[in-house]
Amino acid sequence: MPFTLNRRQMLSLAAGSAALAAAGSQTATAAAIPTQARIVIIGAGAGGTALANRLVTRLKGAQITLMDPRVEHLYQPGLSLVAAGLKPADYVVSKTTDWLPDGVTLIAEAAAEIDPEAKFVATTSGQKVAYDFLVVAPGLVLDHDAIDGFDLNMVGENGIGALYAGPKYAAATWKAASKFAEEGGVGLFTRPATEMKCAGAPLKHTFLIEDITRDKGNRGKAEFHYAAPQGSLFGVPIVAEKVRMLFGDRDINAHMKHTLTAIEPGAKRAYMAGAEGSTIEMDYDYIHVIPPQRAPDVIRQSGLSWPDKWTNQGWVECDKGTLQHLRYDTIWALGDVAGVPKGKTAASVKWQVPVVEDGLISAISGRAPTEIYNGYTSCPMITRVGRAMLIEFDYNNNLVPSFPGVIAPLEELWISWLMKEVALKATYNAMLRGRA
Amino acid sequence: MKDMTFGTILAVFEEIFGTGMFWSMVAAALIVTLAYLYVLMRDHSIAWRKFLLAQLSMPVGAVLGVWFVLLMTNSSLNDLGGPVDIIVFLAIAAAGAIGMAILVYTIQSLIRPAAKDRGAQ
Repeated sequence: MPFTLNRRQMLSLAAGSAALAAAGSQTATAAAIPTQARIVIIGAGAGGTALANRLVTRLKGAQITLMDPRVEHLYQPGLSLVAAGLKPADYVVSKTTDWLPDGVTLIAEAAAEIDPEAKFVATTSGQKVAYDFLVVAPGLVLDHDAIDGFDLNMVGENGIGALYAGPKYAAATWKAASKFAEEGGVGLFTRPATEMKCAGAPLKHTFLIEDITRDKGNRGKAEFHYAAPQGSLFGVPIVAEKVRMLFGDRDINAHMKHTLTAIEPGAKRAYMAGAEGSTIEMDYDYIHVIPPQRAPDVIRQSGLSWPDKWTNQGWVECDKGTLQHLRYDTIWALGDVAGVPKGKTAASVKWQVPVVEDGLISAISGRAPTEIYNGYTSCPMITRVGRAMLIEFDYNNNLVPSFPGVIAPLEELWISWLMKEVALKATYNAMLRGRA
Repeated sequence: MKDMTFGTILAVFEEIFGTGMFWSMVAAALIVTLAYLYVLMRDHSIAWRKFLLAQLSMPVGAVLGVWFVLLMTNSSLNDLGGPVDIIVFLAIAAAGAIGMAILVYTIQSLIRPAAKDRGAQ
């Protein structure tokens, strides 16, 4: 059967292709709003950088200043992969300045003082920067000193891991974890009592090291214990049940209401605070330490924290929908530091940035904001090398899958792993550039 | 995912491969597709002998497509866990097969145009 195509059909096809390509390059380019506003963003991490990139296209004439002493930008969702030997340490590292747009000022110092009444931020060198609008996005602080007997210099030796502390420590964590996967013994995986970034990561590390130990043929000589201060394995009940079943399948013992307070590295012994104030001793051959997490001191000292919630942690008091400060209407919180019930992940930042952007633009142009953050958080819950569950949920613990009916959130899938390994960093980078 | 527009997807692919590499790949795919359409238009018919070889190359393309994805990721065929995984797996294989068939057909047609083919018969 002959198949023929005349020149007109050929031209139509080519025109169609060109139109498709052109559509891709079009973005919603509303006219930039002229303003003289001085906007200060504390923190050039995921939130601060993504917001700056979006603001420069939305505003014309604004003075945008970012404050951040960190030379390196860390792709933190990759730390779990580094700590399981699946990616090298430099997989998560880039330069802060690589992502910043032209037309913004970076002050490579930390904020030392915020005066929300006089509207200025002072840096560690004493430089005072006045603002009309302030976005607080400095991230959070890992309080390693809260674990008695623990020091970051110990990571990688004597069966101690701590992947949250950065790429160097994540790589050292893999050194200790891989030794355990070879030799076996008792593996103890912990999480803190405070709010924390990526609450799925303690579970991911447990699942990955268990899978790697099994893969090496050493599962029979290894015990896995997961100890957490909370009453359930995950904040979202339906996910907690699924994790409970997976723990059962994988022979991982869960110890709830166990808060790590101290370790004795020489004896390889951990001390846990139990439910009734008791102290529980647990011996280990490998321990994964995740310390309590808090807002930076400058936030707590500036009076921006919740006075009556998370008082030992200091998260910024803000509306959970608009992220605007409840007492200072020219201040917004963004990212880990925000005092909202969920959302200390990069995926949350992706959803929070347009909300803060809309709040700022609305305040500048004198209209009411329309964007609301619903608590969206995504956790590609890795359950073994090559499989994950793409769990997405909101403030109400509802599952909010991006691909309903296609990618089941509570099913261990290869496609969810591919998304974590291939697409997530790319999406993150696109977000940093303000394009996703 | 919030705001998954065509622009967002393009941005993500640019980040996966790098902007230069991604658009080079798009350009290469477009050139092969246009060349395929060109030879179809030029010849006004499908050359079934060439099509046969193109079809025979399809399994090779399917295997290459799957092999590429597995090579680029820390995963194996054992990790396929649900129906959507089978669909994705088959889609990758199908994309590889079709791409390979178009490539093989086009190369044959460009190297050995239909007139020469008929002259040889």
